[in-house]
Amino acid sequence: MAWKWFHRLGSPPYFYRFAGVLAPWTGWICVGLLAAGLYGGLVQAPPDYQQGDSYRIIFVHVPSAWMSLFVYMVMAGAAAVSLVWRMKLADAVVASAAPIGAAFTFIALITGSIWGKPMWGTWWVWDARLTSELVLLFLYLGLIALRNAIEDPRSAAKACAILATVGVVNIPIIHFSVEWWNTLHQGPTITKLGAPSIHTSMLIPLLIMALAFKLYFVTALLIGVRGEILARERSSTWVNELSEHT
Amino acid sequence: MNNWANFWAMGGYAEYVWSAYAITFAVLLGCILIPIWRHRALRRELRKRHRKEIR
Repeated sequence: MAWKWFHRLGSPPYFYRFAGVLAPWTGWICVGLLAAGLYGGLVQAPPDYQQGDSYRIIFVHVPSAWMSLFVYMVMAGAAAVSLVWRMKLADAVVASAAPIGAAFTFIALITGSIWGKPMWGTWWVWDARLTSELVLLFLYLGLIALRNAIEDPRSAAKACAILATVGVVNIPIIHFSVEWWNTLHQGPTITKLGAPSIHTSMLIPLLIMALAFKLYFVTALLIGVRGEILARERSSTWVNELSEHT
Repeated sequence: MNNWANFWAMGGYAEYVWSAYAITFAVLLGCILIPIWRHRALRRELRKRHRKEIR
C-alpha cells in the first residue's frame, strides 16, 4: 500500500496537489522552530569562554553548511533516479534542489567568512575545507547554468543528472577535509566520536536550527518542484482543468 | 533597557553577528519568495490562455 501511494506521488498532477497542501505545514513548523532556535541561540545560550558572542554565528553557519551537503545528496539521489528510470519528477527535484543548495553553500561560505575575520584575523584562507566548499558552490552554479544552456529538456535532464552524480566525489572531501589536512578551520564539533565538544545550552539551539533548516529545505523544494511541474506540464489536460476551476 | 543594549551589542561583535544573520535570512527568504512569485505569474498566464481558448 505504501508502495502504491509512492507510485502515485510520482504522477505530476498528484504531486502538484500534494505539495500544495504540505508546503504551508512544513513552512509554518519551520518558522516556529526558527523562532525557538534563535531565542535559544541568541538570548539563552551564554557567551563562549574563548570567542565571546562572536561564536553565535555558529547557529546559522553550521546548519547551512550541513544542509549544503545534505541537499547535494538528495539532489544526487534524484539525479540517479532520473538517469536510471527517466522519471520526470526526479528531474524536477534535481532542477529545484540546485538553487536551494547554492543558497545554503553561499550562506555557509559568507557566514564562515564573517566569523573568520574576528577569530582568525582573515576573511578567507585557501585551505581544504573552504576550498572544497567553494567547489561545491561552483558545482551548484554549474548545474543551474548547464540546465539554462541546453534547450532540449531531455538532454538537459541527462546532462545535469550526470554532472550531479559525478560531483558526489566532492562531498566526502568536504566532510573529512578537517581531518585529512591541517587547516585553520576547527574540527567537527558535533559528529566527533564520543561526547560532542559543546555545552548543552549551545547544542540544543544548534540542533533546533538544524531541524528548522531541514524543514526549510523541504518547504522550498516542494514549492520549487511544484513550479517546475506546472511549467513543464503547461499544455497537458490536467493543467488546463486547473486553469478552468480556479 | 540596558539588557536590550547589551543584546544588540553582542559583546562587541555586533556587526559580525548581525550581518551574518541578516544575510542568512535575506537569502533564505528570497529562495522561497521568488519561486512563489514565479508560480503565481505562471498560474495567471495559464488562466488567461485558457480563457482565450474557450472563447
